[in-house]
Parts: sequence; C-alpha cells; structure tokens
Amino acid sequence: MVGHAFASPTNIFAPMSTPAHSILDLSLFVLAITAIIFIVVSGLLLYAVVKFRTRAGDEDREPAQVYGSTQIETAWTIIPILIVVVLYLATARVIHALQDAPEPPNALDVIAIGHQYWWEFRYPKLGIVTANELHIPVSDPARPMPTFLQLLSADTDHSFWVPELAGKTDLIPNHPNRLWMDPQRTGVFLGQCAQYCGVQHAKMLLRVSVDSPDVFAAWVHDQQQPSFSDARAAAGQRVFEQTACINCHTVAGTSANGRFGPDLTHLMSRATIASGAAQNTPENLRLWIQEPDSIKPASLMPAMKLSDTDLDAVVTYMETLR
Amino acid sequence: MSTNAMTIPAGNIEGRVWVDTLHQWLTTVDHKRLGLLYIAYSLLFLLVAGVEALVIRVQLMHSHNNLVSPQVFNRMFTMHGTTMIFFVIMPVLFGFGNYLVPLMIGARDMAFPRLNAFSFWLTALGGLLLYFSFLGGSGLYGAGNAPDVGWWAYAPLTARAFSPGHSSDYWTLALLVSGFGSIATGINIIATVLCMRCPGMELSRMPLLAWLYLVMSGLVLITITPLSAAQIMLLIDRYLGGHFFDAQAGGSAVLWMHFFWIFGHPEVYILIIPAFAFMSEIVPVFSRKPIFGYPVMVAATVAIGFVSMSVWAHHMFTVGMSSTSNSFFTITSMVIAVPTGIKIFNWLGTMWGGRIQFKTPMLFSIGFLFQFLIAGLTGIMQATAPFDWQLSLSYFVVAHFHYVIVGGIMFALFAAFYYWYPKMTGRMLSEKLGTWHFWLFVIGFHLTFDVMHVTGLLGMPRRIYTYEPGRGWDTLNLLVTIGAFLQGVAILVFVANLVISYFKGERAGNDPWDAWTLEWAVSSPPPAYNFATIPVVTSRRPLWDEKHPEDPDSRYE
Repeated sequence: MVGHAFASPTNIFAPMSTPAHSILDLSLFVLAITAIIFIVVSGLLLYAVVKFRTRAGDEDREPAQVYGSTQIETAWTIIPILIVVVLYLATARVIHALQDAPEPPNALDVIAIGHQYWWEFRYPKLGIVTANELHIPVSDPARPMPTFLQLLSADTDHSFWVPELAGKTDLIPNHPNRLWMDPQRTGVFLGQCAQYCGVQHAKMLLRVSVDSPDVFAAWVHDQQQPSFSDARAAAGQRVFEQTACINCHTVAGTSANGRFGPDLTHLMSRATIASGAAQNTPENLRLWIQEPDSIKPASLMPAMKLSDTDLDAVVTYMETLR
Repeated sequence: MSTNAMTIPAGNIEGRVWVDTLHQWLTTVDHKRLGLLYIAYSLLFLLVAGVEALVIRVQLMHSHNNLVSPQVFNRMFTMHGTTMIFFVIMPVLFGFGNYLVPLMIGARDMAFPRLNAFSFWLTALGGLLLYFSFLGGSGLYGAGNAPDVGWWAYAPLTARAFSPGHSSDYWTLALLVSGFGSIATGINIIATVLCMRCPGMELSRMPLLAWLYLVMSGLVLITITPLSAAQIMLLIDRYLGGHFFDAQAGGSAVLWMHFFWIFGHPEVYILIIPAFAFMSEIVPVFSRKPIFGYPVMVAATVAIGFVSMSVWAHHMFTVGMSSTSNSFFTITSMVIAVPTGIKIFNWLGTMWGGRIQFKTPMLFSIGFLFQFLIAGLTGIMQATAPFDWQLSLSYFVVAHFHYVIVGGIMFALFAAFYYWYPKMTGRMLSEKLGTWHFWLFVIGFHLTFDVMHVTGLLGMPRRIYTYEPGRGWDTLNLLVTIGAFLQGVAILVFVANLVISYFKGERAGNDPWDAWTLEWAVSSPPPAYNFATIPVVTSRRPLWDEKHPEDPDSRYE
C-alpha cells in the first residue's frame, strides 16, 4: 500500500519475503501507536501554546501557582507503562518467530562471506562458489523453500541488507550469524553493505536474483560445470596465470586458486563487476583490470599495468569464462 | 536572603594590556571564566564541525557525485561525529554547568577550582590532539590523514592491519585525554552539589538544574570509565601486541561494541539531561508558574539515569545477539520512555494554565518539546528490535539521533544561550535576530532531518560517500542538503547576534526575565566571588519569595 508511494527498489514498505513481511506488520502496529501518541501530545502542546499565551492586559498578573497533582501524574505514569507492555509483548513474539525459526530440511544453505568491499557466496551442498550476485530459488508459500545464510567475515564488520527480503544482519569476524529469507516473487532485489567496513563501503553493492525453480536449477547446473576452455583464449589464460591475478582469483580447474578476490570461474554469468559498481561489459572489464580506481577508488584490486596486447588477451580470456 | 552581593566589583579589566588579560584567562580558576572558556571553545568547534557537515551534504547532493574522494568523506563524517559529541556538546554543557551550578546553589565557586581548570585544559588538549591528526597522521607528507573509522571506531577496522599510520591513535588519545577531563568535572560537580549548597538549600529545594547536573555527573563517572578502559585496550592491541579486539587472533570485535555502547548510550543521556535541566528552568519562568511535579521530575531523572545504563545493546540489534538478549534490550529501551514521557508531560503541565511569554528562549523551548517528542517516538520504533533490523545503520537512525542532538539538545542550548547570555555578559541578545535565528533554524532543521527519515525507509545506509542512481534517493538528498545550508545561515545569524549584542545589546540589569533562582539575585555579569554574603533560602524559588512576601513558596513545600 505505502510501497507504491515511493519508486525505490530498496523500500522497506514493499516486503517480498516472510521476515520482511513480519517486520513490516509489527512496524505498522508500532507506527500506529506512536502516531496516536504524537497526535495527542503535540495537540496538547499546540493547545497550551495557543490557549495560555499572554494576552493584552494580562502582563502584570501572575497566573495561579500550581505545584503538581498526584492523580494526574499517576495517570501519565500508568498509561505509558501499559502501552510499553503491549508493545513489548508484540515485539517479543516477532523476535522469537524470526530469530528462532527452525531450518527446514529442504532449505538452501549458503555461506556469505564479507570481504573489503565484495561478497563471497558459497553453496556447500551444491559445490558452487560465486560472488556479489546471490542466486536463490523463489519460495512457494504452499511449499516453502527458504534460504538460510550463514554470515561470516574475512576482515572487518559488514552487514547484509536487502530491505525487501529481510532485515539486516551483520557479518562479523569470529562471530558467525544467521539470516533467512523465503522470497515469494522472482526478480532481482537490490541492497548493499550497511555496516561501515572501510574506505569503499559505499560500493559494496548487493544483488539477489530470485529465480523460478527451473531457472535456478539451470543456474546451478551451469555453475557446477568446470571452467570453459577455449583455444582462442589460450594467450590470455597464459598472461592471467603468469601475473599476480592468480594470487587473489580462482578459476576452477586451472592453477589460479587465490581466495582474496572473487572467484572468476563463471564470471560471465554475472551482470556486474566490482561488487555492482559497473556493468559487466568488455569495456568495463578492460578498465577494471587496467585502472580499477576509475570505477571504484581504493578497492583492493590493484592496477595491473598490462601491455595493450596482454590486456586484450586477458579480457578475451575473461569473456570465455561463462 | 541577601541581594547586596553586587557590592563586590566585577574585576575591572579595562585599561590592562592584553597580555595581562590573556594571562588572567589562561590561569583562571574562577568557575564563571572556566564556564565561558568551555562555551567559547565549543562554539569554535561547532563552526568546524558544521563545515564538515556541509562537506558531507554537498557530496551527497546527488548520486555519483565526486566532489570529494571516499577517503576525505570518511574522515569528514568521523571528525564531524567525534567533534560534535566530545568537543562541542560535552564541553558546552560542562560550560553551562560550571557557570550556573555554583550560582544557583548559592556557592562562591566549585568544590575544587584548580581541578576544574585542569579539566578544562585537558578537554582543550583533547580537541587539539584530534585536529592535529590532519597534520600528524601522515599530513606532513602532504596527505591529510584524520581518523576515518567512524565515531564508534568499531573493531577490527581500528586494527593496524586496516588502519595503518597514526590517525586512529589521535582519535584514541583525544578521547582518552578529554575523557579524564570529563571524569574530573563529574567529580567536581557532584562534590559541589553535595557539599557547597547555601544554608537552607536542602536537596529537595535545589533548582532542578542542579539536580539534573548531579545525575548527569554520576553518569559521567560510571560510563566514561569503560570508554577510557577500551581506549587503553585498543592502544595495547595496536602497539603492545594485545588481542582484545583482534578477531583474527581470537579477540572479539563484539567486545569493543559492548565497551563502546555501555559508554555510548548513557552518553546520550549525559548530553540530554542538561538539556532537560535548561528546559526545567526556562519553561517555568516563561510560563510564569513553578515546575509542575518537582519531586516526580527528580525521580524521573534518577530513573532515567539508572535505566540508561541497561539499554546499550539496542545499538547492537543487528550484531546477532540471542533472541533473549534482543528481547531484554527491547524492554529496557522501551521502559526508559516512561520517565522521559513523564518529563514531557510535566513541562506541558507547567505551561498549562500559565501565561506563556514568547521570548526567544521560550520559542526554542517549544521547539525542543515538539522535536524531542518526535525523537522519543522514533526511538520507540528503533527499540522494537525487528523494526530496527530494517532501520538500524540506515539514514533513519541518522535522522533520529540528529532529532535528539540538534532538535533536542541544540534547541535547548539555544534557549539557554538566549536565557543566560544577559547574566553572563550584562547585555540582552537581540530578540529580532533571535527570531530570525529561530525560524531559519526550525525550517532548515525540519527540511534536513524530516526528509532524512524517508531516505532511511527507502534503504539508504549511512556512511556511504556516494550512492547509485535509481534508488529514489536523489531528490530527497537534495532537499536535505538545502536544509543543511539553511541551518548554516541560522548559525551565522546566531554568531552575529552573540557578537553584536556583546557590544550594542540592551543593558540587562540583574534580573531581566523576572526569574526566581539565585543567579538572578547578583549583578550581570556576577562579581568574582558571586555572593558577598552567602544567601539563605527557604524554598525552591528564593526570588519568588522575595518578590511575593504575601504568598511565598515556602508555605507550600
């Protein structure tokens, strides 16, 4: 209802998943109660300001000196206490329901690892490793298939926040957290890191692609394939494997097995690079390899300073990593 | 009681060479001069922090703006927050406390005048240390290097691996040093209030301001100490190979959060309780009625003091605490709304049936009441842990705490400036400029911070130096920026008023507001030792009793 008033893909009033829905229902209840309090108290304030202002002729007369009233003060102590009790009980229910929800056996498990300034996603039961764009299946309310994320951090504190799917939960080193969601509509949902994690916190963007069961199965199948090998890209692969690229990046089935940067095995299956900072086009890839600061200043990707020939070759190689 | 105190001349400094004057100010142990030093010092930092806020706002005016680099932006919000909390609001409140508490309880100075001077100079050194980071971090190599870890400085971002160089150390040392100053001032205020009251001024007859400063000082003692301990632990981590907060070596990032917020939340009350104190003095005078429910106001303040120490982890609802912990901190955070609500109702009760005079101090007080009500209600939303899972770390929180600190504390401070400036300088502030200041500030304030709530609800996280187009945030952020500049203009009007009125303001006389507490019994500005003969009081409003001998307050207490 309120969701249509604002055209934003990250609106907390447009929930598409049970946790976000339960939060919104509770929030509307709290908003209603606080709105009533606001109207009553600010109404009294406005009335007092208008009614008890100094009027002409009154200047020298002191009003009746009233020191207090036990009955009135008792009333405005008891009533707020009752409101607090009601609010608390409503809140405690939702906290318990969301936080202590048992994980059903058919749930999809994903490990999300926050890095300065990108997201690593590992699907332990499916043997998939990817980055920045999380794929999860849509959940039919009749036969729920939620996704349970285990949240870890490789360095500083981060926070996973996709407002239309769930509230945020932090990724803190040495302190594993859990977050779940069961999106009821397919589509791409946007979010970003919400906990200040360092210089480039702003461009640690997040995309969640909620897929229909068929599309998700196809995506899983593609991701499970070994890296694509193409003779056209042999030169680029050689450059890639002989420079520092492999210290940080993995291409499954090759000598590249670094863990500091995103896994590139199926790079071309992603719509964006640099954690959502740029579209995944050959021009942007080229720019990103040669001059990452122009896309995302202070990202930990170093400028590779390749010759034009080598750069072309590496970009060609990247384009084969489907 | 006695009003012949003005027979002691207020140290005649005209005709002295400026070196002498400077020497007097630098070596003073007079509570009034130290109070003014605190206030002047914090106004200076207010301008600095204001400029930092405007840099932030210009950068966020539209998406993908690249006026400043991410590094500069991160330093700006870290310095803005740290400066405003530790070097603007804390010192200005200590300044008013220093100036007013001894006068209002009929004392000639604070309990420990030299300790008082020491506290001020520690605080001043802290501020200088923080700003020296621009040079000392690695600034001497030509690169500005102020702290950029946010004003909470969450671990492990402050570990040397993530924060090389010395910028974080300047932040740590600045807070450690000024923290010792604050603790000493806390001790001083407590000792003054408990031991220095004039004859007849029982605790139950103290002006509410003295009561509230007493509670605030107790909070300072209890909560600045864990912050100082945490700063020392952080230094041990950074330089002596400790692992308190180093998660890679088995330390705990969450431990820092607990340390920081067990300071950080009571800190909000350390800041707001003096604002309550100003309201409790100003609202009655301009409503021409005594404070409604004095004993309940005292009880509510003490209750806030206690409960405020059990709510800290509501800053950590997204950190992944157990559902039991989240429920616990939800209920404690909601409970604190009860005594706070009582206070709002009592101020309303004071105005009710009164004869309200809309002088500038009262305008700002009414602004305070309205905005603090909203700040309290958005506070309840965030105390609701699940709601906070959406709101936390977003611009909604930024809007909420600016509603508290600007809409609440700053408005109360402006009221206090307009109310006590005549006492401090002997001149009235201009009502005309004051009205301009008020309306410009109210409009700017609401444009900035009302709209900021909406960007938060639309998913905009805080502390981002830029944002993507197409999120529905562009127009709203432009409005926020315009509002910020309006507030900037209002502050300039205020500063102009302070300066112009100092030279050309109307003479104030001893008691321009027809008020009731002891500071109005002495000359403006008060003489060096305040009271030639120590006054004797018989009620909460000694000057009311003197002006209305036929109907003294003492009859009703």
